[in-house]
Amino acid sequence: MSMLEAAHENDIELEGACEGSLACSTCHVIVMDVKDYNKLEDPTDEENDMLDLAFGLTETSRLGCQVIAKPELDGVRLALPAATRNFAVDGFVPKPH
Amino acid sequence: MGRRLLLPHTRRLMLFLRPMRYSASATATATAGSLRDPLHVCVVGSGPAGFYTAEKMLKGREGVRVDIIDRLPTPFGLVRSGVAPDHPETKIVVNQFSRVAANPRCSFFGNVTLGSDLSLSELRKTYDVVVLAYGAESDRSFGIPGEDLRGIHSAREFVWWYNGHPDMCNLAPDLTNTDSAVVLGQGNVALDVARILLRCTTELASTDIADYALDALRSSTIRKVYLVGRRGPVQAACTAKELREILGLKNVNVYIKEADLATSPADKEEMRNSRIKRRVYELLSKAATVHQENNDNDRKELHFVFFRKPTKFLPSEDGSTVGAMELEKTLLKDDGATGKQVAVGTGEFEELKCGIVLKSIGYKSLPIEGLSFDKYRGVVPNLRGRVLSSESETATVEPGLYVVGWLKRGPTGIVATNLHCAEETVDSILEDDRKGLFTDPSGPKRQGRRGLLEILEQKNARYVPFDGWEKIDTKEKADGELKNKPREKITRWNELLEAAREG
Repeated sequence: MSMLEAAHENDIELEGACEGSLACSTCHVIVMDVKDYNKLEDPTDEENDMLDLAFGLTETSRLGCQVIAKPELDGVRLALPAATRNFAVDGFVPKPH
Repeated sequence: MGRRLLLPHTRRLMLFLRPMRYSASATATATAGSLRDPLHVCVVGSGPAGFYTAEKMLKGREGVRVDIIDRLPTPFGLVRSGVAPDHPETKIVVNQFSRVAANPRCSFFGNVTLGSDLSLSELRKTYDVVVLAYGAESDRSFGIPGEDLRGIHSAREFVWWYNGHPDMCNLAPDLTNTDSAVVLGQGNVALDVARILLRCTTELASTDIADYALDALRSSTIRKVYLVGRRGPVQAACTAKELREILGLKNVNVYIKEADLATSPADKEEMRNSRIKRRVYELLSKAATVHQENNDNDRKELHFVFFRKPTKFLPSEDGSTVGAMELEKTLLKDDGATGKQVAVGTGEFEELKCGIVLKSIGYKSLPIEGLSFDKYRGVVPNLRGRVLSSESETATVEPGLYVVGWLKRGPTGIVATNLHCAEETVDSILEDDRKGLFTDPSGPKRQGRRGLLEILEQKNARYVPFDGWEKIDTKEKADGELKNKPREKITRWNELLEAAREG
């Protein structure tokens, strides 16, 4: 089961516009412990292409639909990027008023 | 259990999120308030911006009723008419939007046009909140000689044509008078049109591409497509997924000049600051070094042309259509203000022969009567989604009027960009609601949906409800199955309206 599926099974609000087809970045999650991040297999080119576009990308970001539950990940903590008031998407820098 | 760690930019840990159940009686989240009066909301436009806004409004406060209007009989905006036929996964999001439309507190009204069936002021008198989400249905132009020659189309028109938009079903672009097509621009839309021109039609035959477009592409004589950009590979606006896809097209040789890949210190700085640019540049560099196989008749060509800006469109020999383009070589210079590199002409010109030109330099929104509009940026002046009376510093906020999506930000970004855009606009609306800006005890109570139905009846406007779209959807899917396509799109206005009423 992927983290996206797990979130939906537990009524957690994690967006999944393309329903796990690697065609969006809305299920973007941040792996909070770098040790857990390193336990995961490297993202494929296709996942990296989608991560390029993810809002609030970090060094330990992954797509929730590509992180599959396994015993070694027991206790993993994932955070959702915040929607801030001055969001920066696609390199857009808000002009000062 | 466990510590709550605070990371920059994070909202809260997934494990500690309060579960939200999406149901007809969804409870409000953090907003305070006792028994809520109904809040009547109208969203104009049913693309991603409109639907994400409707979804977040329904979740954001008790008693919200949302009506979504669209001038087309079919919902979903560019997800239906913009996303390329060979990108079906990008369209999956319509499942989520359909669930929003199925919410009893939400209603879809297709075939209703703001500006003709009803005015903005009528809408503002009928609803407490009006959110304009009608996107950008026009195009930027170059303003150079020859731009109105036949054979020159905007990418928006071409994309609407192959996607079966009822306004473009009669475009009839001529794909048989030339072997060379020029696409101006190097963003994802430019790559889409180039790819549709180059992709084997056997692959396109099993997509939801409009039938007349598939026919035209089958008889197309176009063998070379030029993707022309004013600036260099580092400034190309496309993203890795789309670039990787077009570079990997079978039966297509890709041509990129190694000299164009030289990078300046300013280029390197741009790449340092952008993961997207780094990965796009890497893909282009790798493609430049691939040894091209001998060009036999089966292989088509894709040429990336950098540092060239169009100065003239030249007519063909018989003068009836475009026959070539004049391009000026460019250099990059710092714009002196924002550190952005801009293309500057060098006075050296060259000619590129072509029989069709697709301009992919950006969409533009259309202004409407009674609405402030920033003509330069092509957007409605706003402050975090709250519409302003003008773009000047002394502008005031227009009460109850909001904007979201491309009409608010300009025509950039992906489907998901509208998610965050809608969050910001909805935050503004809910904040204004908490401040009591929508309650005016002295004024008449707004009627919402009932008021809209009255107006539409007076005008004899026959709207298409969501189940009317569902009838169109069912018919398209059934017709598609006969041809091994996910759907066979209905592309004419009268046929769409007929299908919506059948049964």
